[in-house]
Amino acid sequence: MHIRPIAALAALCLLGAAPLAQAADMPTDPQIAHIAYTAGALDVDMGRLAISKSKNKDVLDFAESMVRDHEAVNVQALDLVKKLNVTPEDNATSKALTDATAAERAKLEKLDGAAFDKAYVDNEVAYHKQVNGALETLLIPSAQNAELKSLLETGLKIFQGHEQHAETVAAGLK
Amino acid sequence: MLSKRHFWAPVVLAVATGAVSAQAETITVTVDKMAFSPTEINAKVGDTIEWVNKDKFVHTATVKGGWEVMLPVKKSGSIVVQKAETIDYICRFHPNMKGRIMVAAP
Repeated sequence: MHIRPIAALAALCLLGAAPLAQAADMPTDPQIAHIAYTAGALDVDMGRLAISKSKNKDVLDFAESMVRDHEAVNVQALDLVKKLNVTPEDNATSKALTDATAAERAKLEKLDGAAFDKAYVDNEVAYHKQVNGALETLLIPSAQNAELKSLLETGLKIFQGHEQHAETVAAGLK
Repeated sequence: MLSKRHFWAPVVLAVATGAVSAQAETITVTVDKMAFSPTEINAKVGDTIEWVNKDKFVHTATVKGGWEVMLPVKKSGSIVVQKAETIDYICRFHPNMKGRIMVAAP
């Protein structure tokens, strides 16, 4: 198992200060697939929470696009792992993302109205920044399979779009 | 509060009326892999701009504070350009996707 170096990297990513990984610390393709899928699925869950709680049109519109896009990317991811006969492998980075999102979700569930909207959208800006940072500095450079790398690169463009969309919505809430 | 209420701007429906001049052309912009291609196009007043979405994601062609064309997955949408101007547009869902239409007098 190579959990510890990945855990260390995950911690660095979460702090927003991910250095370029050394070869020995790079996640494997099954781990990368798991991290990418998990990151998308978590954002779908957060989007569903926002759809159930928010009444703001811009926030709802954003949340619906998060559910739609991340589900669409994850369908492609599942198709690809099936085609490549890869079994996604749970790992410390996926666990760290899942735990951090569960903590954020618990906070959001207690909020309502404008306070909820602001906290959700601010978190979406931060979450996409973090995931995009991990994609750029760790997941894409580590991916060995060309098709996996290509899907991650497409994902990065989409998630960079989400980050900008979230920033626009956040600016409108002020 | 909400300053950017482009949702309330009139949505341009994807219908070409046929009321344009005989020389009017249709210019196609392909939307694929998170990009408008070509990014910049030249058009004349009365031309139709058609976006063909080949992506697996819903996109839009949106002018901030102006019109918006929804581009569902694997569908297309269009507008007729009405006056000589340079139009910068984005995808509202992915604002890193940008395009420009340079409209000349007919």
